[in-house]
Amino acid sequence: MSDQLALLPEYLTAHLQLSLLALALGALVSVPLGVAATRIGWLEQPVLAAASIIQTIPSLALLAVMVPVLAAFNLQSIGFLPAFIGLMLYSILPILRNTVTGIVGVDPALIEAARGVGMTPSQRLFRVELPLAAPVIVAGLRTSAVWIVGTATLSTPVGATSLGNYIFSGLQTRNSAAILVGCVAAAALAILLDGIIFALEHGIRMRKRAYTIGASSVLAALFVYTTVTFALPFLDDKARPIRIGAKTFTEQYILSELLAHHIEGQTGLETEVLSSLGSTVAYDALRSGQIDVYVDYSGTIWATVMNRPSLGESRSQVLQEVAQWVRENHSVTLIGTLGFENSYVLAMPESEAERLRITTIGDLVPFASDMEIGGDYEFFARAEWAAIQETYGIEFAGRRAMDSSLMYQAVELGNVDIISAYTTDGRIDALNLRVIEDDRNAIPPYDAIILTAPGLGLDRSEVIGSLEELIDTISAPTMRKMNRAVDEDKRSPDEVAMEFLESEGRR
Amino acid sequence: MIELREVSKRFGELEAVNALSLTVEPGELLVLLGGSGSGKTTTLKMVNRLVEPSSGTILLDGEDIAEIEPHALRRRIGYVFQRLGLFPHMSVAENIAVTPSLLGWDAERTRERVYELLKLVELDTEIDIGERAVTELSGGQQQRVSVARALAAKPKLMLLDEPFGALDPITRERLQRSFVRIRKELDLTAIFVTHDMLEALLMGDRIAVMHEGKLAQIGTPSKLMQAPATEYVEQLMSTPKRQADAVERLLTLLDDEEGS
Repeated sequence: MSDQLALLPEYLTAHLQLSLLALALGALVSVPLGVAATRIGWLEQPVLAAASIIQTIPSLALLAVMVPVLAAFNLQSIGFLPAFIGLMLYSILPILRNTVTGIVGVDPALIEAARGVGMTPSQRLFRVELPLAAPVIVAGLRTSAVWIVGTATLSTPVGATSLGNYIFSGLQTRNSAAILVGCVAAAALAILLDGIIFALEHGIRMRKRAYTIGASSVLAALFVYTTVTFALPFLDDKARPIRIGAKTFTEQYILSELLAHHIEGQTGLETEVLSSLGSTVAYDALRSGQIDVYVDYSGTIWATVMNRPSLGESRSQVLQEVAQWVRENHSVTLIGTLGFENSYVLAMPESEAERLRITTIGDLVPFASDMEIGGDYEFFARAEWAAIQETYGIEFAGRRAMDSSLMYQAVELGNVDIISAYTTDGRIDALNLRVIEDDRNAIPPYDAIILTAPGLGLDRSEVIGSLEELIDTISAPTMRKMNRAVDEDKRSPDEVAMEFLESEGRR
Repeated sequence: MIELREVSKRFGELEAVNALSLTVEPGELLVLLGGSGSGKTTTLKMVNRLVEPSSGTILLDGEDIAEIEPHALRRRIGYVFQRLGLFPHMSVAENIAVTPSLLGWDAERTRERVYELLKLVELDTEIDIGERAVTELSGGQQQRVSVARALAAKPKLMLLDEPFGALDPITRERLQRSFVRIRKELDLTAIFVTHDMLEALLMGDRIAVMHEGKLAQIGTPSKLMQAPATEYVEQLMSTPKRQADAVERLLTLLDDEEGS
């Protein structure tokens, strides 16, 4: 728990930055838009309809869709920007709707009085309509604030640090302390903001100056703090750390920490880990230089980036072609292999496999029509799944996509009959699962490879040098042991990575 | 001071005001008297362009008001609304100071003017009343604030739209007297809309009776009483007398009962 709490200042600050800056910009867009809607008759319906449509998009999808959209405009497509814009869009509706409601709800007699005492239309807006609508507008701001603080926990998969890092990594490494800290902190922050903005609303509505001034000061202080902490890294450009990406599973958390510590130890450069990136988000982030280095797998690049079917190529052949392809197409450098393979592999409980006498995927075919298969989020959308179905002509009764950490639990409890496991996963041994052999090579080889961003070799050649030292240093059993230490023994990825480096005498 | 020439206002099919012509002399209080739907409030609102006439011309000191920016025109004319129209998010003093602040008066001059006006409308009896929220005041006090606000920028012309209609009879009478005194003190020209015959007789230098959008008759109260031009005016003018007779009879009846 204490190692989790140590991360709290960083995550909480990042979460506040995302939420408050998105809320501020959201208000800056929504209030004028709401005013315009009340002034220009035909504008009201389309504006409100557009805001409502944005609201119906599931929040995770709205954040995720920002990645390709921003990439299409050649903007930073992972990290702060997509999360910020997604959240900002999400904050619009409540503020916009309340601005319109508030202004439309002003007593017509007061509007006439405002005209009668000689106000111009803009004086009427700023001196009468907006002040009278203010409590309603602030109430909308409050709704938005609570939504945004909750939704910001979903920024982790698009690469923005938030309290969601606790939740996503906790879910992957089955660390309930991390999940708990993340949830409690996010809820507490939402309640706190709700309280402050409620005090502001109350102050305005009841004309209690103490409330209004107190609440605005607290909000202003929070806003200044987030803006300053947000702006500082930009002013200090030379300190830009080496960014290391990690996808959303245990092995990736360990390897990213391992690379980080190794680079720091060897070069003295600062590093930063961006964890829980979606699988293809990570590669896109690398080729656009938003992260500097991460570990991927040859087969993943082969199947999902290059879109090539597996035709039974050998490990070295796949490796060679991947290295050439990423260099030629995206100027990405393949430094080398880490020394182990982490492939998709079908696995089922040993006892059941023994009873049905299944050792190869071919053996599965007659039983598959009664079986349900579980896989991680991406598996059923990947080329490997199609290849397995096609190569073996196999058809399962049903399939279920779920979080990879829950997938093992599901097969253990018999909720699904078979899963698409990972070869280096410590839980294959721990849960006594049998690996079903892919005797016709439908699944391509998956050597773990270190990839670096275009230009890294020029700016920071010492990083490349230090990474080359890691080539072929991690065997499959070692990786499995490390994964198990995190998944089953509940140790932190950071700690396990350090231990490995120490045992190798590298720190 | 004010001259209306053939002024008409149509709302769709409805002819609210029909070819109305009249003049208001400087220092005069003209009552616009009529039932609901007679067009009296519409006429009043056309004078400060809260309502734009469909046709006709209105002159203010010989100047066509259509040529004056509406907000500039309104800052020159005090207006007391039927439903008060005090701003609930402002204090008493802020309400009174609205037009001066629009005109860019400095703080000192505004503060002095507010104090002066509070005294004029007899609201200076309570300490710090200027700081209070208008919603905390009684109906009569609110109406006094409303009059003070209309007078703030020292207009020469006041428009009053049934200003005392919603008050109880005792408060109304007190405010009517106050207003008569203030008007004399400041030598104001005013147009005063009411449907209350008695109020019209007590306050008006002249009365313009309106009926179905048209001017039925205009003249001093005594002229209207003595020589009503139409049956409607005659009926209207006789109401106070009829009511007084009814009260008289009631009193006699009560005396008889006590005597027997």
